[in-house]
Amino acid sequence: MSTTEHSDFIDSDTGKLGMWLFLFTELFLFGGLFIVYAVMRSKYSADFHHAALELNAFIGATNTVVLLVSSMTVAMSLTAIQRKQSNRAMGLIFITLILAGVFMVNKYFEWGHKIGLHLYPGSDVMKTLPHGEIMFFGLYFMMTGLHALHVIIGGILLTIVMFKIKSGRINQEHYLLHENGALYWHLVDLIWIFLFPLLYLIT
Amino acid sequence: MNDSSTAVPLNFLNHKTGLWSWLSSTDHKRIGLLYLYSITVFFCVAAVLGLLMKIEKFAPGQTIMTAQTYNGMFTIHGIIMIFIVVIPGLAAVFGNILLPIMIGAKDVAFPKLNLFSWYVYITGAFLGLYSQFAHGHVPDTGWTFYVPYSAEATSNVVIALTAAFVLGFASILTGLNFIVTIHRMRAPGMTWFRMPLFPWSLYATAWIQILATPIIGITLLMVIAERTFQIGFFDPKLGGDPVLYQHLFWIYSHPAVYVMILPAMGVVSEIFPTFSQKPIFGYGAIVFSSLAIAFVGYLVWGHHMYTSGMSYQARWAFSLLTFLVAVPSAIKVFNWLSTMYGGSVDLKPPLLYAISFIFLFSIGGFTGLTLGSLATDIQVHNTEFIVAHFHYIIFGGMGFGFFAAIHYWYPKIYGRMYSNRWAYIAWGILFTGFNILYFPMFIMGIQGMPRRYFDYDPKFTLGQEISSIGAFILIIGLIAMISNLVYHRRKGAIAPANPWHGVTLEWQIPSPPPHENFDEVPVITHDPYVFDHPYTK
Repeated sequence: MSTTEHSDFIDSDTGKLGMWLFLFTELFLFGGLFIVYAVMRSKYSADFHHAALELNAFIGATNTVVLLVSSMTVAMSLTAIQRKQSNRAMGLIFITLILAGVFMVNKYFEWGHKIGLHLYPGSDVMKTLPHGEIMFFGLYFMMTGLHALHVIIGGILLTIVMFKIKSGRINQEHYLLHENGALYWHLVDLIWIFLFPLLYLIT
Repeated sequence: MNDSSTAVPLNFLNHKTGLWSWLSSTDHKRIGLLYLYSITVFFCVAAVLGLLMKIEKFAPGQTIMTAQTYNGMFTIHGIIMIFIVVIPGLAAVFGNILLPIMIGAKDVAFPKLNLFSWYVYITGAFLGLYSQFAHGHVPDTGWTFYVPYSAEATSNVVIALTAAFVLGFASILTGLNFIVTIHRMRAPGMTWFRMPLFPWSLYATAWIQILATPIIGITLLMVIAERTFQIGFFDPKLGGDPVLYQHLFWIYSHPAVYVMILPAMGVVSEIFPTFSQKPIFGYGAIVFSSLAIAFVGYLVWGHHMYTSGMSYQARWAFSLLTFLVAVPSAIKVFNWLSTMYGGSVDLKPPLLYAISFIFLFSIGGFTGLTLGSLATDIQVHNTEFIVAHFHYIIFGGMGFGFFAAIHYWYPKIYGRMYSNRWAYIAWGILFTGFNILYFPMFIMGIQGMPRRYFDYDPKFTLGQEISSIGAFILIIGLIAMISNLVYHRRKGAIAPANPWHGVTLEWQIPSPPPHENFDEVPVITHDPYVFDHPYTK
């Protein structure tokens, strides 16, 4: 058979450069929301102050810690694979996935609570609120929703990495996908580190 | 297969056959051709919509369609032309086919991702078509999706927005692939400043693609959220800000104009030295003006919004920046003309298209300055003057750049020659039709003919008629050009490896290129445009 693919092998530096560029585009994606947040915050600072008190800073802080720890475990798993400790690497990714799950469960209760209070876009209660508060909750759902979507994508990516470690396709020599998965996971963490103070802490 | 005297040598077109070998190919040249064929189909669809609009405008009042149909037509004409044809256009077609060859690589950095982006592209393109035929009304917001109308219109706006979002994703992946390719895959000795100018223009373009497209992505998502979940980012009733939408939209969509035009500038930068048999004049100036356009092009979006409610300070700042961005474009034009000066100019079809590119692009550029000036912009804002300016830049610039590219690299890609005679005839019809179609719009625009109207004041009848006749001529020219290229794909004379005596790498390999591009990795020892090198016969 003649060569059908030009090259299946992508060297590590090339692969990582591609991932870094992709992460930049992700930052710009969220950047658009940050711009809207900044504009609206300056326009409706009093309403934003009032609406932000509605958020539970304790859950937010918990989730911040959860994500920070998960970033650590994913970094540790990469070190483990570099040291040829496949089982340890898989275990650490598994812990990362558990932490991602904890984050999502917390998020679920948080969103559920807001929706229970009819604080969701288009609800009857929302229509009675001042413009700035409507905007705050709209941004809250959009920003945390888009972030949660990234948590899910990152989780899927890390699950794939875990199975590839199991099958030996990710190993001490070839761990580009693992590294890129970890980079993506750090991005998820990084964005949350900006979302948390903007939404929960600045009141 | 033993009869080697008649067997055609294996190349990327014939080394494997069958539809699936194309749809599953990770070969950059085949992916480029997939883009070429899909773009051509969509271009023809949108061109026909354009023709129908011009027929509607042949006489005042309703002639062949209602106002609502007309609104849908200019919207979908815009969406197809901008997002499906022009933005991917040169980069996805000729960038894919030629970028790796011109820098001496076997393929792009991520071949599978490259194929994946074509699938993303085609998904977006079909979503765009689906918005036409899905249950409900054809989108009627214009390709700009301005809120609050796009948030309230009852037509299939969400599908069209999703299509634009998906197409943006394909654009990002292509850009990302090219940047990494240029950084990592250059052949030994191919230093940054030995790289030909088409790859340089793709490099500048790719940065705009990955840095600007996410902004439109999130903006379109916000409009989708606004329509689906009643989150009022841009709806004043819910505290939103419609002008904020315009800012976010143009932060992408102005740089997107440079995504369209920069690769066309790269193409003609290849054509002028080849057909003058003379090194390009001011290589460095062209490189840096590309980068300057990419950079300054980011900062001029406000000139679309002079009448939308911006402070006076913001308006003059944007006006000043707009004038600044004209400087690097002008530098390029001077360099191209100087390249021809004193060279042995051979007016083959590619050069003819390249010269028309300069002519039309200059008209578009100068009228762009009219629009960049505060006082005159307010006079002609939202008139057909804008339509004319825009088409001189996009069709006259990018479109003619694309035609120049296909006539330049056609023998390389297919290993066949088209008929020069028919290429000249088609060019003549096309160029004439183009100017008859769009030039009257400048005049009518200044006289106050608004754009996006299906009807007009009877005093514009003559101008509109001339313009509509131009549309027919233009379509005939397009048919002639495409027929010439399609017919000679199989019937044309066999093309030599280097029919134009070019000196860049793609001319040093057989036509069509072999599957792996180079038998052995080329080593580059000199600048890209050195003529009378042993390579040239």
